[in-house]
Amino acid sequence: MGTIGPAVSQAAVMIAGLDPQLVRIVALSLGVSLSAVLIATLVGMPIGASIAVARFPGRQATIVLLNALLGLPAVGVGLLVYLLLSRAGPLGEFGILFTPAAMVVAQAILVAPIIAAFSRQAVEDAWREYREQLDSLGAGPFQAALTLLWDCRFSLLTTVLAGFGRAVAEVGTVMIVGGNIDGVTRVMTTAIALETSKGDLPLALGLGIILMGLVLALNATAHAVTEFAKRHYG
Amino acid sequence: MRAPTSLLPLRLENVRFEAGGRRIIDGISLEIGHGGRTVILGPNGAGKSVLLRLCHGLLAPSAGRVTWNLQQPSNGRHRQAMVFQRPVMLRRSALANVAYGLKLAGIGAREDHARASKALAAVGLEHLAGRSARVLSGGEQQRVALARAWALEPEVLFLDEPTANLDPAATREVEAAIAAIGDAGTKIIMVTHDLGEAKRLADEIIFIHEGRVLERAGAERFFSAPTSREAAVFINGELL
Ligand SMILES: Nc1ncnc2c1ncn2[C@@H]1O[C@H](COP(=O)(O)OP(=O)(O)OP(=O)(O)O)[C@@H](O)[C@H]1O
Ligand SMILES: [Mg+2]
Repeated sequence: MGTIGPAVSQAAVMIAGLDPQLVRIVALSLGVSLSAVLIATLVGMPIGASIAVARFPGRQATIVLLNALLGLPAVGVGLLVYLLLSRAGPLGEFGILFTPAAMVVAQAILVAPIIAAFSRQAVEDAWREYREQLDSLGAGPFQAALTLLWDCRFSLLTTVLAGFGRAVAEVGTVMIVGGNIDGVTRVMTTAIALETSKGDLPLALGLGIILMGLVLALNATAHAVTEFAKRHYG
Repeated sequence: MRAPTSLLPLRLENVRFEAGGRRIIDGISLEIGHGGRTVILGPNGAGKSVLLRLCHGLLAPSAGRVTWNLQQPSNGRHRQAMVFQRPVMLRRSALANVAYGLKLAGIGAREDHARASKALAAVGLEHLAGRSARVLSGGEQQRVALARAWALEPEVLFLDEPTANLDPAATREVEAAIAAIGDAGTKIIMVTHDLGEAKRLADEIIFIHEGRVLERAGAERFFSAPTSREAAVFINGELL
């Protein structure tokens, strides 16, 4: 117990002094997760929006599947991506296993269903409300889609924030496909896990504080966006 | 009168509409031409809103045909507009809601703004132009919807209870606007169950009940001497 007090103050010193090791890990974490969310958004949002407005056989099953993918266990995705990227795997020739690129791919796979599922919900609700009016005004499918996306802009933004929160805080996939290599693939979550088990509490605590603060800030932002949208746009 | 390329008359031939295992429109045949403002009157649940949607082409009939005076089998949608019973406001300002319709109709951006402002002013809402449409009151939203339809200068304007949410002053304003739109050459086809409004605005009445047209007559004749028992009961304000 006696070590916690000093560890906390040491962690505070590391954060305040922008300790190079800490900064490098935080920067890698943000870079990997932001890239992953960008890819997941570019893939997931159009998929979600299309499912929202399209009518096709098997649509209900697709929605159930999509919602089930929300709860995808991170280690499962990690294992899957590991097998795909490993030397003997179908994508082994790219040689990106144990690189940040592998972590981006894995997190993108983890987050894309979240973004797709939430976008589908938001766009579908708007579509139900707008369909006849847009039809009456003569909007074609493309114009209707653009209008829906624009009118859902706030809920879509909070969806992206939620996706980023999931990506930056998960440990299972990055551990498996990144390998937690010091200076190369060590991100906040894997570093916390490792340093804690090694007993290096100051670094673990420093990263933990930053991670918690980040997640808190993401949620606060999402809440603020939602409130702003409600108040100003109804 | 308009050029021979007019959309009208609108023809319904033995139109039926079924949903949820019920026959909601039960064999309606109608021809609606220019001649003044047409008001579709009937009690709650008579099928008025469904009939209007069938005419506007938002619903396809289960049987029968809805046709316009067009060479090609087109629905002539861009020459019609509709104001819904429940206004649908996009997440943007009142003015932008009106301009949105114009943009879809392919009217130039600069002209959009002037026309949208003019339409808002015509429904007495110029002071709310910059406000978010979805936080306006129900009556204000209803008037934005009317302005959005009006700005398109349609040949045919469908109105589904456009004054149902309005206070007396706003009702007067909107009714005057509707009359003005009609006088400017737009065919008004309006649904209401408000007798006073029907008397004030209608040139002719189409009375419907349980998905059927029971009576069609000039407004004066309809109110002074309805021929169907149901219409007489309805005019007396009794339950059908
Ligand atoms: N898509 C649908 N599926 C099932 N029933 C429907 C559908 N649309 C309308 N109905 C039913 O058809 C009947 C007529 O509906 P409609 O909205 O046309 O009535 P209305 O005459 O406009 O009534 P109100 O004066 O209350 O607006 C109602 O009983 C309604 O419940
Ligand atoms: Mg109705």
